[in-house]
This record gives sequence, C-alpha cells and structure tokens, in this order.
Amino acid sequence: MSLQYDFNFWVTLILIVVVMGAIQGTCAYMILAERKISAWAQDRVGPNRVGPLGLLQPIADGVKFLLKEEVIPTHVDKVFYLLAPAIAVGTALLAFAVVPFGPTTTPPVLINRLPDLTEEQRKDVFATFDKSDITQEALAELARTASTLPTWQQTMAGRKLLLEADRVYAGQLGEPAFEERLKAYNESIQFVIAPHLDIGIVFVFAVSSLAVYGIVLGGWSSNNKYSFLGSLRSSAQLISYEIPLGMSALGVMLLAGSLNMERMIADQAYHGWNFFWQPTACLLFITSVFAECNRLPFDLPEAEQELVGGYHTEYSAMKFALFFLGEYTHMITTSFLVVTLFFGGWHLPWIATPEQSGIGVTVLKVAIIGGKMILFVVFYMLIRWTLPRFRFDQLMALAWKVMMPLALINFLCVVLVKYLGFDQSWQGRATLLPAALVLLTGAAYLTVLLPRKRERKRIYFRGHEIAPKAKTANV
Amino acid sequence: MPIAANEVTWVTEPKIGLVEQLYLPAIIQGLGTTISHSFSTLFGSGPPVTQQFPEVRPKLPPNYRGVHRLNRDEQGRVRCVACYMCSTACPAHCIDIVAAPSPWPDREKYPELFVIDELRCIYCGMCEQACPVDAIELTTLCDLTGMSREEMMFDKEKLLSVFDQTVKAGTDPVRTKGGKLGVASEVADSGVTWSSTAES
Repeated sequence: MSLQYDFNFWVTLILIVVVMGAIQGTCAYMILAERKISAWAQDRVGPNRVGPLGLLQPIADGVKFLLKEEVIPTHVDKVFYLLAPAIAVGTALLAFAVVPFGPTTTPPVLINRLPDLTEEQRKDVFATFDKSDITQEALAELARTASTLPTWQQTMAGRKLLLEADRVYAGQLGEPAFEERLKAYNESIQFVIAPHLDIGIVFVFAVSSLAVYGIVLGGWSSNNKYSFLGSLRSSAQLISYEIPLGMSALGVMLLAGSLNMERMIADQAYHGWNFFWQPTACLLFITSVFAECNRLPFDLPEAEQELVGGYHTEYSAMKFALFFLGEYTHMITTSFLVVTLFFGGWHLPWIATPEQSGIGVTVLKVAIIGGKMILFVVFYMLIRWTLPRFRFDQLMALAWKVMMPLALINFLCVVLVKYLGFDQSWQGRATLLPAALVLLTGAAYLTVLLPRKRERKRIYFRGHEIAPKAKTANV
Repeated sequence: MPIAANEVTWVTEPKIGLVEQLYLPAIIQGLGTTISHSFSTLFGSGPPVTQQFPEVRPKLPPNYRGVHRLNRDEQGRVRCVACYMCSTACPAHCIDIVAAPSPWPDREKYPELFVIDELRCIYCGMCEQACPVDAIELTTLCDLTGMSREEMMFDKEKLLSVFDQTVKAGTDPVRTKGGKLGVASEVADSGVTWSSTAES
C-alpha cells in the first residue's frame, strides 16, 4: 500500500527553503534589533552608520564572519571542536520543524466507530477483512480489542478494521470518510514544515535537549579548564530547566487533548487563550524558556565569557557565529512556542478565526502570529536590561525548589478540572484562573512564612560610614 | 589591631514581605522603567546621549592634548629658539631638532629642522610644559590620520601650518610662560565649561 501519510513534495521543499532562509535572516536582523533595543533602553541610538538606520549592519556582520580567519587551536579535540557548533545550530533549526508560523487546520482524527455500528454492519465490516492475513483466533482477538483499544494503540490490521468501520459509519451519515479527509488535509497547505506530527511539542522538547550536547562538547573539546567549567554550568542549567518547561506545558497539553500544536491552537480558538486560564503555567514556561536560551537573567554561561571563559572561548569566526545563530534560533523557536501554547497562535477573537479562509485571511494570520512572535522577542530583549543576573545556586534553587513544585501543582489543578469535565467550556476553564493566582500567591506566602535557616548578620567595622562611634578610648 | 567587641553591630536583614517574594511586581516596575526609557529615546522626549561623531564634533577643553603646533610670534616668525628642552623632556624621544644660527637679530638660534614623529608621540604634553618661549603647544585636533608612516613625521612646515589652521580656534594657552594671559583665559574665566558631550 502507499504511504500512510503522503505529503506534497514540492510544497514541503519550498516551505523548508523559505522557512530556513527566513529564520537565518530573522536571526541576523534580531542581532541588529537586540543592539538597537538595548541602545534605546540605555538612552542612546544603536548602530546607525551602515545603511539607513543601520539596516545593513547584519549584512556587514555576516560578511565579517564569513571572511574572518578560521583558527583551530592545536590543543583542541578536532572532531568535537568542529562538531559542537554544528550540533548547536542543527538542533535549533530542527526544532522548528513542527512549529506553526501561519494558519493551520487541525488534522482529522480516526475515531473508533465500531461501537456505533449496528450488529449487522459490524458483521459486514469483519467480512470485508481479508481473512488470509490473519487467523480466526487473531481475528476474534482483534475484533474484541479493536473496539476497546483507543485509536493510538492499533496495529496495522486493527487500523484497517477501524478505517472500514469509519467508512461505513460516515457513509450512512453522508459525510466524507476519514481517508478522504486525511487526503484533503495532506493536500492542503499548512504553515508548518511537518504538519500532522502527533507528537508535536514533545519533538521540540526532545530536539532542544540535544542542544545541550553542543555546549558540552564545545566546552570539553576546548581542552581548557574554564571552558569546561562554563559548559558544565550551562548544561546543568539547561537540563534543570527542561523539567519545568515540560511540566508547565503539560496543563496546556491536557486541555487540548493532544500534543499536536495545530490542535492546541484550534483548542484555544474555541475555548479562549491559555494565558488567561493558566497564567502560572505561562509564567513558568516563559521563565524556563529564558533559561533554555541562556538569556538574562539566566545569563551565567555567557557572563562567564566576560569574566573567565565559557564554552565558546576557543571559537573564532564562523563557528562562533554558528553558536550564536543557534541561540537566536532557539529564541525564535521558543517565541513561537509561547505564542502557540499560551497566546492562541494565529487566532484573534473576531478577526482571525479558524473558520475563515482565503488568501487575505491567510496573510492576516501569518501577520498575526508573526506580530505576536516579534512582541515576545522584544520582551526577551527588554527583560535583558531589566533584571540582574542570577547566581548559579539561586538559579538551581529556582528550578528545583520553586518551579518544579509549582508546575506540578498546576498540573494537578488541570487534571482536576478535566476530571470534573469543566474543560469543555471556557467558563469551566475559567475556574483555573483563580486557582493559578491562589497558587502563586500561596507559594510566595509559604516562602515568607518559612523560618530562615540562618540569620544573616552584618558587621560594621570602625571607619564604615554607618559604623557605631567608638564607645570608649579604645583606640 | 584586633576588633573590639563594642565596634561590632549585629544586624539582621529585614524579612521580605509577600509582595516582594512574588518578584512579579518588582519585575513589572522594572519593565516600566525600561520601556519608558525606550519610548523616550525613540520618540524624542529625551534625546539620546549619543553624539553623531563626524557630523557633530565634541567640544574639547582648551588644555586638550592633541596634535602639536609650532607657534609664530607677532611678526610671523617661528618662536622656537632650538633650546632642545622639549626634545630632552620628551619621554618617547620623538622630537628631532637641528639648530642653526638664526637669521634674526634678536635671537641666537632657530630650528633649521624640527621633526616630530606623531606616531611615537604619547601626547603627554611634557614638551609644552618644558618650552620656555611657548613655542610648542598641543592643540585640540584629535582626529589625525595618515596613509603612511612617513607622512606622520611632521616637520617644521607642517607644524607651522597646524598653527595657521588653529590659531583662530580660541584654544591658545590660558596663561603663557611669560605670565601673560592668552585668549582662552577669557573663556575659562567666564565659567563656560568645556566638555565633550553635548550638554546644552
């Protein structure tokens, strides 16, 4: 038989080329945007010499990186030295494969229709099944289990059974069967490079976790104590923050009922944006995402470059550029993720809804999701100049002692809501909002109530400007 | 000496309250500051402190140590009497002087050759301090470029031409060695501050 999911080759190829080019271009211009926004926040103008308003500055930077001398020190481990930036960039770009950047429609779901058919129809369905594939016992077993197993546990034979049942069911209702809907979906143009990937967001998390290899290998291969320590700290930070990252997104996944990002957007279109119903999860996700991208306030791996070393000390022109390209691509991917998971993706309440289609609406939806992503990137850059950097122990304590329990309790609240069946309407979901706020405030209150482990004391020596005066002639 | 017990104050840090423990109100306040700064820089209610350099030159103070010049006196002759004091004082040994009998009656010597290697110079101003006749002076010209090393060895004519260029800049020495007041003293006395950032 043909491929289960056949895809339109040319559409996918064009999408890949366009999107990868757009990401690289956006990364380059994000460097300019970062410098400009940093400048404005500091009461100065950024680069404005190269081209009008400095708009050709990224091109100048790109030319510089390309033409710079490639130095490979003799004391490095060559294989991993050259592999590390490749991994950093490759995983960052790969993670973008399932992220929607424009209007998407939800893929069709194969529902088990065997219980809905009459006994006669069920007999007919089993009759069409090719008996030579399978023994009688196995068929009986299949008939028994196919009706009870959820669709994702089917075998190929069981799947054929369900497709047939669906065809019969849909035929009697006059609707198109699952296979036709799937074919229509595969032929439609989705603004995702790899649509209908049902593990959607887990793929992004998994591939982003591989980026840790880039950092660890970079630090190790540099054959330099300080690089090694810097990369160890960075990898510890990245791994620690992946846990709150995944757990805070769990609530969203539960409410949407799927890991597929297109379904999450559709779910938010019908039930309200997840930002309103789970602000705690949104806050935890955003914080984790800052840590995953090594941005301030979780800047320690990069600050160490200024101070001591860090994983990209020994790297020169293009390899250094690749590390930074990887970091900015992570920023773009995670901005899209936040927008998709919590802010409704391309959805705006009365302006851009899933029912609308057409070329104008498509352009509008691309603009909407792009605009939201840009707002979030600007937020990234503004926070950089707002918050001071975390110390390493504060960073780890935050991940393990604060964010993970909060994410877990948030998940429990969502589980409760789903168990009680509230998640079908937005009013039901709105009960999560006070729960989230109570959770946040309660956690803060608990921390305030906790006794201090040790009293911190200050000693003022004589001569300090607020020291006590010398009491007696004790000079 | 050891610390006496009565010099020590034991202080505990104040406990932070609920609002501070949330961290969010403080973050939002900080974001407000950042955003307000960004908006005021962008939309013009507070000008950026950046000075667009080649279009806007900085205002340099009169004792700024830039390129050297050889001063002329009222009759247009070079003031230098080739006493070698600047050359001796120079820490970088960048001044080369060849003295010759002067063609004018009121002086014994004059410099036939006076070459300063501007690239060796460290612009310390010792030559200016050492000169007894206020012949050599450091001007406010700071953007000095050249296409070759030979070009940057300034001889007497070049240094005199720097004088001709800058004599009207109003940055002549405030007080000369002879005790007379120069032009820049009026500026200094009037209380105008010379700073390189555009303050007005």
